[in-house]
Amino acid sequence: MRYERFLHDSARLYPKHTALVCAGQRLTYAELSGHARRFAHVLVHGIGMQPGERCLLYLENRAEAASGVFGTLMAGGVFSVINPATRAGKLAYMLNDCQAGVLVTQASLLEQAREAVAQAPGVRRVVVVDAPPEALRERELHWETALAAAEPLPETPRGIDIDLAMLVYTSGSTGRPKGVMMTHRNMVHVATSVTTYLETRQDDIVLSVLPLAFDYGLYQLLMCVMKGATLVLEKSFAFPQKVLPLLARERVTVFPLVPTMAALIMQLRNFDPAWAAGVRTLTNTAAALPPAHIRRLRELFPNARLYSMYGVTESKRCTYLPPEELDRRPDSVGIAIPDTEVWVADDEGRPLPPGQVGELVVRGGHVMQGYWNDPEATARALRPGRYPWEKVLFTGDLFRMDEDGFLYFVARRDDIIKTRGEKVSPKEVENVLYALPGVREAAVVGVPDDVLGRRLKAIVALEADCTLSAREIIAHCAAHLEDFMVPRQVEFRAALPKTATGKIRRAALQAEAEGRGMPPDGG
Amino acid sequence: MSSIESRIRAFLGEHFQAPADLGAGESLLDTGIIDSIGVLTLVNWLEETFGFVIDDEDVLPENLDGIGNLVAFVQRKLDGPAARN
Repeated sequence: MRYERFLHDSARLYPKHTALVCAGQRLTYAELSGHARRFAHVLVHGIGMQPGERCLLYLENRAEAASGVFGTLMAGGVFSVINPATRAGKLAYMLNDCQAGVLVTQASLLEQAREAVAQAPGVRRVVVVDAPPEALRERELHWETALAAAEPLPETPRGIDIDLAMLVYTSGSTGRPKGVMMTHRNMVHVATSVTTYLETRQDDIVLSVLPLAFDYGLYQLLMCVMKGATLVLEKSFAFPQKVLPLLARERVTVFPLVPTMAALIMQLRNFDPAWAAGVRTLTNTAAALPPAHIRRLRELFPNARLYSMYGVTESKRCTYLPPEELDRRPDSVGIAIPDTEVWVADDEGRPLPPGQVGELVVRGGHVMQGYWNDPEATARALRPGRYPWEKVLFTGDLFRMDEDGFLYFVARRDDIIKTRGEKVSPKEVENVLYALPGVREAAVVGVPDDVLGRRLKAIVALEADCTLSAREIIAHCAAHLEDFMVPRQVEFRAALPKTATGKIRRAALQAEAEGRGMPPDGG
Repeated sequence: MSSIESRIRAFLGEHFQAPADLGAGESLLDTGIIDSIGVLTLVNWLEETFGFVIDDEDVLPENLDGIGNLVAFVQRKLDGPAARN
């Protein structure tokens, strides 16, 4: 089954039920489906989208992003939601990497989008939401006008379920984002598994502030549409006082969190119990919640079951802890999600006994098809499995299992830093630092931080005659990187520690930042 | 420029690289100058610098998002009864 089928079905079964609440706008399932089908018509008949062609959605959390996701699938295309914090240079890289033919964006991001498209000759059309039509240039299409003139595309599927449906760009240790390839079948599998253990219902109302570019945010939309439930979509959690009252006003039953949001909730002095009264499900992923935050969340949300979960973009979700186990094993991320398998593996991929640390390996219908255009990275992540036709996923994360089969995250195998629930490749930040004239050596490390998980710190050695200040270095990073990748702190040194072969010993600097002392040598 | 405004501009420039010519009515969030963690940092700095307590209910965009909003908010707080205690 293809994923857009769920929107056709929900529109037929619950046409008047609210699908989406966003920025004061309410869309029923009939309306959301209508917008998506009209956008699909524009893609097929206005732009001439070919089967499997890529459409990038460079948008904030808004209704058009939801129509864009489903409209692209209805048109037989492949979508990728791009974080609106992305800068032109990286957007151009992604447009070229996946050879996107269409870009959808909004007026406030148009400047960055134009700069990126100027470097991406494959883009045939840019569709722009909420811009004045007269401001648009050649090859740019006005969303509202184009949709108003379009018929809803017929429901006939324009492909089959093993077709590619989406790319999710994720940070790689090489410093270049990699496009994780997911088919319709992958998405249906994982959405079915997750809604099974969360016991998602048609009458659920989900409040999500997570960006749709983040798969955890995207699946809130995908799972709501699958079940015919309601999604209340907000742009950010910067002002919890603006967002939390929505829990009561919209009668929210499901509230997905990341640790940073939990930390912001902990800071509130006047949390109103009425906000939390109707919430029956809280979920957390991206990084573990500190035990103190788990305790406090359960006091604040007394009617909610709290799910600690773990996943990687390459299989979306891997494990969940059944809420009834939370008291017994608060630091565990649980067991494999339904209809999948995981195990802690030795270097040959064989299961290790309880208590031993090894890499987590994942098997199931949710495992990606590979990284777009990157067979080498794909071969490292996907390796031969039990049967000749299958591949299993090596997550790159080190785990251990207890005697009862519950799993515990130990560390990343590579040097990816988790900050604010986002994965940051230190290499990607270092590449930007090295682009600044005067920077001779640079390393980026994550300093433990109660709120952020890890706080990014740049350690820099300058050329002799260089007078760059910390502020100038941070400003340079802010101009070229998403905000979560920008170091908060810069430390200057005369030289950075290096291996015998002259490689900077980032691992040693990372250990120092964590107060673990310097390991003797190594990368 | 009032001294409140110049202190706020100096703080935003130092900690968040806000441009010196940032318009008083521009959103700090929509321009990407601060994020959710930035709001917390800003609240802590306002409390320490101006010596008042900011209630949860006051942590709203109409008080904090934009230099004009910030100056008016700080002025109101300093004029209010809490500061005279």
